Amino acid sequence: MTDESRATPPDDLPQPVVRSRRVGISLIWLVPVIAALVGLSLVVHAWLQAGPTINISFQTAEGLTPGKTPVKYKSVTIGKVEKVRLSSDRDHVIVKVALEKSAESFATADTRFWVVRPRIGLGGVSGVSTLLSGAYIGADIGNSKEEKYRFKGLELPPAITHGSPGRSFVLHAQDLGSLDVGSPIYYRRIQVGQVASYQLDKDGSGVTIRIFVGSPNDRFITDSTRFWNASGVDVSLGANGLKLNTQSLAAVLAGGVAFQNPPGPHDSTPAKEDASFRLFGDETTAMAPPDGPAHYIRMRFKQSLRGLAVGAPVEFLGVNFGKVVSIKMDYDEKSQSFPIIVGAVIYPQRLGQANDKLVALAKAQGDDADLSHIVGRLVAHGLRAQARTGNLLTGQLYIALDFLPNAAKVKYDPNARPLEIPTAPGSFDKLQEQLAEIVDKIHKIPFDSIGKHLDDSLANLDSTLKQVNGQVLPQVSETLKGAQSTLGSANHMLAGDSPLQQNLGTTLQELRRMARSLRVLTDYLGVHPEALIRGRHADPAVREPAAEPTTPATSNGAASKGSKP
Amino acid sequence: MSALPRAHELGLIGCHVCGLVCRDTPMDDAACPRCGSALHRRKTASYARTWALLIAGFLLYIPANVLPIMRTASLGDVDDNTIISGVMELWNKGSPDLAVIVFTASILVPMTKFFVLTTLLVSARRGSNWARPQRAKLYRLVEFIGYWSMLDVFVVALLTALVQFGIFSLVAPLPGVIFFGLTVVLTMLASMSFDPRLIWDGRTDDD
Repeated sequence: MTDESRATPPDDLPQPVVRSRRVGISLIWLVPVIAALVGLSLVVHAWLQAGPTINISFQTAEGLTPGKTPVKYKSVTIGKVEKVRLSSDRDHVIVKVALEKSAESFATADTRFWVVRPRIGLGGVSGVSTLLSGAYIGADIGNSKEEKYRFKGLELPPAITHGSPGRSFVLHAQDLGSLDVGSPIYYRRIQVGQVASYQLDKDGSGVTIRIFVGSPNDRFITDSTRFWNASGVDVSLGANGLKLNTQSLAAVLAGGVAFQNPPGPHDSTPAKEDASFRLFGDETTAMAPPDGPAHYIRMRFKQSLRGLAVGAPVEFLGVNFGKVVSIKMDYDEKSQSFPIIVGAVIYPQRLGQANDKLVALAKAQGDDADLSHIVGRLVAHGLRAQARTGNLLTGQLYIALDFLPNAAKVKYDPNARPLEIPTAPGSFDKLQEQLAEIVDKIHKIPFDSIGKHLDDSLANLDSTLKQVNGQVLPQVSETLKGAQSTLGSANHMLAGDSPLQQNLGTTLQELRRMARSLRVLTDYLGVHPEALIRGRHADPAVREPAAEPTTPATSNGAASKGSKP
Repeated sequence: MSALPRAHELGLIGCHVCGLVCRDTPMDDAACPRCGSALHRRKTASYARTWALLIAGFLLYIPANVLPIMRTASLGDVDDNTIISGVMELWNKGSPDLAVIVFTASILVPMTKFFVLTTLLVSARRGSNWARPQRAKLYRLVEFIGYWSMLDVFVVALLTALVQFGIFSLVAPLPGVIFFGLTVVLTMLASMSFDPRLIWDGRTDDD
């Protein structure tokens, strides 16, 4: 502008072409708008995806990493651990979990959370996949709709996840045995369920075990099903020899529960959900008929009861229906003796039909529940308790209730509680008495005089034998010699070349010839009967048979020759 | 410098493609009579385009940093890393040199570009004559480092292609890297849209 001469362009410069106006420049602003939209959509998306945040408390945060550890339900990630911190009392850890939007329903009251870690136990191995991937929090949702944001995490994975088909039942046991959560439930040695949980009864008198049996096997559990602890080894020595009865080896090691319906007719109504059963110690007791209520009885023995132990059986006519529960010693001032009071519980229901009839009878007669009057009548009829030897080797005793027909009458008080059954000396004591009697009798036998008489008799026998030796034997030997010579001559006579034999052969030949001529004669007479009168006339047809050559008189030769004519 | 005339003062315009010098025209849509390419004194809508692209790049830079860019899985141990967490992990795990490189390429360079381009745009719009040669240098610097800001994207792409050992080791790209790549592309486009001659426009009284 300032320097015109320098800046003057040449005049022949061309004019630019002018084209139509293009699209406005404002289009470029679409780019940031799109970018903003993308960013906004991300924000909206994140906001929509964000689910509820929940707090779960655990005993330990082992294996839980903030920002990494997932929360999974059926192996699908439904959330992530955001933060792990200690509780204010430092007693446990609180894990803050951000659930996904789709997992909103997991923030409800009965959802359960637990940490899945590798676990190796006798019952099996679980959570192996977490060995490499690290622990995760497992979740199981319930039915509740009530919202909840604070949870107490389970320390052990639950044995049963919600909604698995099947039914749970309750078992009552004296103790837990070797059972644990997850212990198997066997039916005919097939695993059909698991122990879900257990807890002590409120009064501490037993254990309540909750089990879960999966469908369709839960239908095998009926109102009369018996459960028993299958973890033991059952060894029994019977008439058939040694018998070892176990469930599977895993059950022996890790514990388990088996169940079965009792044989024979039983109530086969399928048991209801949460039905209650008793857990027996072993199969035998489980399958035994129910014991029914126990009754307490007392017996007073006046003899030593060495070998009787608490737990010894009480038998009625050989049927085991109770056991000894106490053995105590008493002192009787009058007789200066120490009677032994034996207490026992009896289960009358084990007697079966007999018990039913007795109970019916007692009801009809207005007797009390202990049947004291009926027992009184039985006692009058000779019912006595005896301590008997169950095993001769070990000398163990059991209590037998039996009818002793000639038992001495005793006083019976039907109002005494507990019922007192009169006793009789045991069979072993009786045996001892009888043995003593036998010994006494043996003692009375006059062994001295018997011995003396026997000695005399033996002396007589001795002299007799001497006489026999001296006189009879020489004569016997002579007689034997004579007999021997007689037999020798007889033998000689019977020999093949003896004259007797020769003569006998000739005689027999003669006899044969004679028989032949006789036959010729009879034949001839048959044809010519007149010859008897007229005599024989020469007839060439009839020929006098030639004399047979002399042959040894064997039957063989005779037969062959004889068949010729 | 004030003595030196500018093309538009002389009523001239040069074609950027074939170098033909022709008469200037007040019309916007002029084209070179020889080669047919568009004639313009300055890049068309340089301010608007640069601003737009710069703002878009910045907007996308936010998700690029918030979202994870890479997933590394090793023996079931899955790790999602954003740019910052990756830098911190490198630093903590004993590779401060690598951490510095990644930090420079992924955070320092884009931020520098945003800052420099904004400064250039604002100052050029105001026609400021403050430190013009330095601003021109800054622009050349932005152009130069623009080539290298794709480092992160290259790293992720290479690792994803190389580290595929199934359960033992696995690298996978995550959405963040896309946003990061877009940011880099947009900032490069922004710096291309900026006409450095704008720095020299405006008042020339102090030249």
